[in-house]
Amino acid sequence: MNDRPLLELRSVEIAYGRVAAVRGLSLEVQRGELVGLIGPNGAGKSTTLHAIMGAVPISAGEIIVDGVGVAGRAPEAIARSGVALVPEGRRVFASFSVEENLRLGLAARRNGKDEHALEEAYELFPVLRESRRRPAGVLSGGQQQQLAIARGLVAGPRLLLLDEPSLGLAPAVVDSVFETLARIREHGVTVLLVEQRAQRTVALADRSYVLVNGELRATLAPADAGDTDRLVAAYLA
Amino acid sequence: MPLAVVDAQTLVDAVALGAVYALMAVGIGLVFGVLRLVNFAYGQLVMAGAYTLAFTSHLHPAVSIVACFAVVIALSTAIDLAVFRPLRGQSPAVMLVTTFALAFLLQAVARIVDVRDGTIGEPVRVVGQLNRAVGIGGVNVRQVTILAIVLGIVVLGLLALLLGRTTIGLHMRAAAGDFRTARLLGVRSNRVIGFAVFLSALLAALVAIVLTVRKPLVTPAYGLQETIVVLVGVVVGGLDRLWTATLGGFAIGFATGVINGVLPTDKTIFLPTAVFALVILVLLLRPGGLFVPRDAATVERV
Repeated sequence: MNDRPLLELRSVEIAYGRVAAVRGLSLEVQRGELVGLIGPNGAGKSTTLHAIMGAVPISAGEIIVDGVGVAGRAPEAIARSGVALVPEGRRVFASFSVEENLRLGLAARRNGKDEHALEEAYELFPVLRESRRRPAGVLSGGQQQQLAIARGLVAGPRLLLLDEPSLGLAPAVVDSVFETLARIREHGVTVLLVEQRAQRTVALADRSYVLVNGELRATLAPADAGDTDRLVAAYLA
Repeated sequence: MPLAVVDAQTLVDAVALGAVYALMAVGIGLVFGVLRLVNFAYGQLVMAGAYTLAFTSHLHPAVSIVACFAVVIALSTAIDLAVFRPLRGQSPAVMLVTTFALAFLLQAVARIVDVRDGTIGEPVRVVGQLNRAVGIGGVNVRQVTILAIVLGIVVLGLLALLLGRTTIGLHMRAAAGDFRTARLLGVRSNRVIGFAVFLSALLAALVAIVLTVRKPLVTPAYGLQETIVVLVGVVVGGLDRLWTATLGGFAIGFATGVINGVLPTDKTIFLPTAVFALVILVLLLRPGGLFVPRDAATVERV
């Protein structure tokens, strides 16, 4: 068992034109960890996830997945190397059936037909099995989020990136999303979670990075979740 | 002079023309789905296939047909690699104008090749015997008419199976719906686009075979008029989805066939006027596409 991080960002810079979105960001995620990346709107959290996936170019620094630099590779190549993104807004294919959406998750697997992975997803999310033949567009927001997470898991990723999975969901549904995240961690999947719900994320994650204006401002431990002053200070620092 | 009534003969011919145009519409629609590119040069693939049939007319028909497929697929792949791939992500206007230029370039090349024997135009005799008529229920139907209808049904059926039941079909539909998300999920863009371009070329070769039976004299402008009419049909049907685009292609072919059959011979000069007036009327009434459901909120393009 090697002890190098599964994901490592070293002094990553990302710019949209001349506007810097992320500046000198360094962070790491060890195998089996659930790491949070929190911060206000426009802090560069989603941009960072998209850069890891190769969908946004970085202008400096390194992104290393399991010891291999991935900068400059195509999104599909990074997905097929074992990094799955559950995108913001869920991005399910509304007119496709639930099962077709899950099968799209298999696209990242080298052996594209793994029925076992679908079965595991249905066990984790029984509601998806019930609606497997229905168009994904008719599912509720919470069910679509489950589908998006299941689609990411079906890929059998080494590293799962989640972009604001609780966004736009009713409070009770948010609870179930966070329960799902805890269960995913129990399955041994390594997770980098981008969230705006700072307190819940800090409480759940092994470690949470606070990103403000594209810069890392603080690193918080679960114990800090109850310390509202420290959270606010990190955001305002 | 009174208009002739629409007889069975006219209807069968119109369905056959609709089937050919539907195949072309699918060829154009598949590439549009994954590349967002309206390929004005599609007719030149048909033209290249037709010339191949003409230049190999002295060979066994099977060899000639295989050569037609090989040339069209090779040309289509070369265009994808040399032109479409570098243009990916450019604005639709840039891509459309590029395919205009490509269409006229290929026509010019065809003219250079064709004129070597001192004349413009090469006859195709490969499967000319398909022009023979058979009597079905008192209606004289040319064999090529039956071939066009059967090909249309079989090919569209196979394509529906491919898109609906296979992994590559699922990936193509996903790429057509939301390419960015599809790539993030691991769908390989080059593979999906390459496959769409390949299928589109297969269809162009099939169309070349059927068209050269109907119109055996191949010229550099071969397939151009059909492409323009099919593009219009595709937009009228609804460019954003493959099945509405296909229906649009069929509809304009069918309408052309019917109007052509109904108009007295000395009035066929009015055919384009009638067809395009109808097109404008349809676009005014249903700008989103004739066959697109009115309450369509989400779009599945392929």
